Amino acid sequence: MDTSNIEKNLSKNKTNRTKFIIGGLLIIIAIVYLIVSSTQANAQYFMTIEELQSKQSQISGRDLRISGAVIGGTIQYNPQTLTLSFEVANVPADNKIIDEQGGLAKVLHTAVSDPSRPRLKVIYQGVKPDLLQNEAQAIMTGKLGDDGVFYAQELLLKCPTKYEDAIPQQAGG
Amino acid sequence: MIANIGFGALWFALVVAVYSIGSAIYGARRKLTNWVDSARNAMLLTFPLLTISVICLVILLVNGNFEVDYVASVTSKSMPLYLKITALWGGQAGSLLFWTWAMSAFAFAATLRNWERDREFLPWVVVVCSITLSFFLGLIIFVENPLARIWVLGGNLAIKSMFPPTGATLLFQTDGRGLNPLLRHPGMIIHPPMLYLGFVAFVIPYAFAVAALITGRTDDRWIRITRRWTLVAWLFLTLGLLLGARWAYDVLGWGGYWGWDPVEISALMPWLTGTAFLHSVMIQEKRGLFKRWNMLLIILTYDLVLFGTFLTRSGVLSSVHAFAQSSIGPLFFGFIGITFIGSLALLLNRWNDLKSETHMTSWLSREALFLLNNFLFIGILIVCFWGVIFPLISELVTGQKVTVGPPFYEQATAPLFAGLLMLMGIAPLAAWQHSTVKTLGKSIWKPAGISLIIPLIAYLLGVHNWAALFGFWLIALVASVTIYEYGRAVIARARSHSQSWWRAFWELTGRNRRRYGGYIIHLGVVLIGLGVIGMQMFQTETQGTLAQGQELKLDQYTIRYDSIAIFDTTDGRNIARAVVSIYKDGNYVGEIYPRRDYYIESQQPMTIPGLRSTLADDLYVILVDWQAISSSAATFKVYHNPLVNWLWIGGLILIIGTFVAAWPEREIQTSRAKSHKKQLAGSNA
Repeated sequence: MDTSNIEKNLSKNKTNRTKFIIGGLLIIIAIVYLIVSSTQANAQYFMTIEELQSKQSQISGRDLRISGAVIGGTIQYNPQTLTLSFEVANVPADNKIIDEQGGLAKVLHTAVSDPSRPRLKVIYQGVKPDLLQNEAQAIMTGKLGDDGVFYAQELLLKCPTKYEDAIPQQAGG
Repeated sequence: MIANIGFGALWFALVVAVYSIGSAIYGARRKLTNWVDSARNAMLLTFPLLTISVICLVILLVNGNFEVDYVASVTSKSMPLYLKITALWGGQAGSLLFWTWAMSAFAFAATLRNWERDREFLPWVVVVCSITLSFFLGLIIFVENPLARIWVLGGNLAIKSMFPPTGATLLFQTDGRGLNPLLRHPGMIIHPPMLYLGFVAFVIPYAFAVAALITGRTDDRWIRITRRWTLVAWLFLTLGLLLGARWAYDVLGWGGYWGWDPVEISALMPWLTGTAFLHSVMIQEKRGLFKRWNMLLIILTYDLVLFGTFLTRSGVLSSVHAFAQSSIGPLFFGFIGITFIGSLALLLNRWNDLKSETHMTSWLSREALFLLNNFLFIGILIVCFWGVIFPLISELVTGQKVTVGPPFYEQATAPLFAGLLMLMGIAPLAAWQHSTVKTLGKSIWKPAGISLIIPLIAYLLGVHNWAALFGFWLIALVASVTIYEYGRAVIARARSHSQSWWRAFWELTGRNRRRYGGYIIHLGVVLIGLGVIGMQMFQTETQGTLAQGQELKLDQYTIRYDSIAIFDTTDGRNIARAVVSIYKDGNYVGEIYPRRDYYIESQQPMTIPGLRSTLADDLYVILVDWQAISSSAATFKVYHNPLVNWLWIGGLILIIGTFVAAWPEREIQTSRAKSHKKQLAGSNA
């Protein structure tokens, strides 16, 4: 192979390489764009009930994710309209704090039995989940209404004490 | 006594595993064959030892030895025998033991192979397997011991430990707490072990990859040896995911099969890298490209397997944000970190040896399309990973915890999945190396033309949702290309060998199992895609409270509430079972029985949907509520799930395809270098 041929090959390799680098960059940009736009459109602010009530004015209309302890006595269900309402009591969101206070089961228990805890009324339209019971942990996504009631679109429940693997049960969104 | 034997075996296994690490490294460094052999034998020994340990735990579970804490936490007297046995993986400590046992079984099988041509890999494969085993054995023995008992000291101070603290007596519990009713489902009984077998089987290709990096034998030998292992791992992992989806559909009663829960995602992530790996190793074998990339993929897969093992069973995820609740968390993250950094260091050390042997020349060549496929898989992986860690990042950056839900995953991954389908349609027709729009167009226009018929029919039938039409077209494209390619080869063979079509089909598939197994897998994926589109775009639902004899309409269906029966069973359930008649377009088509089982002892209800399944759709009816006394009215939620059964059928075909691809064939002993030219010139298998 003479030198001109080698040079030709080299330059060909170079254009090839640019072609692939540009293609690769385009794909990366597309993926980054997908992630960023989807994140912005679907971000849910995770808050405790305490935070929710202190920042009420800033968050109206936003998608929120709230965790709380279900107060069994407040559960009301109207099977005619499939309207479920109940109250949840504030529990800390940080697992370290939960551990320090003796684990999730204990935290939920004290939250429910302490009437001075901030509480939040929740309304959910749909099937009553099997795991909805006193001292279960409810994780809800939805929006805070102007009336101070949390309108949940999705409801996950977890009962920490009974089984090792309490599976979160999902009610449709 | 039995617990002690099991625990002794665990300790023995740990000692043996640690010994095999040391002696393998020593033997490899000093080139002492007998040390390496000794290390290998030591590693082989872990399997029988762990088997003893597993048998001991199963005996304790079956006998109901409730002084053992794990036994009490996952079984109860009233449980049937098969559930007591499968409670082995019903909780965290037991699943870790099961994981480790399966790992040792795979290591055992992998080490029994004929090593003659790959002697230099042996010690390092042993080292990687033994390090992984030792880590898990350490976790089991020191942190999460399934054999530990509960002891009472003095008043009512209970201590969980293996051996009695001084002056303590055993706490004998009369009954255990039982297995969560939600988990008492056939799908749930085989779902975890399938997932775990998939997880542990990926350790074997990783071990060979590390061996290749350490020894510097960085040709594609390690890939050829582990090809089947990778397929087996992929098979189990896929089965695990599918069974999990089916379980969710049958038991969780929300009309879906996949909820983008972090636990699900953590099982999906190694599947994504594993699938990317399965594709890109073919390019290394054929063209000598992507060597570094393949190493990176298998390293990622291994660490995602560890991550998935940790997340699926640690109970740390209340599906929200927590990562460090369980005591094994820091240990797991430490081990993942060390193995990841260590493997990357090895990879960088061999970076220059792993140069590509050729260059890619065209974006339309098959190798470039495979690269694109890898990008998309990794893109989906990044979306998943981002979604799981986003709450942590947002809290670090803004101080405000922000999470993303299923809509995020759906929105971000849908275009990527669509891209993968598109590639699945194009890539089988693209030539290696030189491929242009013209050559590709020439081979694709016929099947592409045929594929337009499907969205056209769908449009005429009244589907006007462009995304759904596009989805149907993609599916039709992949199906027609795959069948076209397959069919053309069958016809050619039938002619040239003057065989019947059926025989030609059989022999053709047998002669190139990986290629045609792959095609069958692609057809399975197409059907899964059909089911997903049906569920995502056409699912409808309604709900209502009905008096007996009243009706509720949804699409072309009408359901009529006939009656309800409430009764106790002998195994401790109270069942409310409704009888519902179904009419389709006014014609009676059958009865279904949505019900609610109430587990009296654990006070937990479980909703079991009534299901009418056909190839066209499922009618999925949930009994929400009822008046117990008058039994006059009951509330139902009804889902109409079009095409959903194609998801399960596709899953089955995919599994069959994987069997075809993984079925043992005679190893053809030609290295790629030798046959390189011939392959380029001729067959593009």
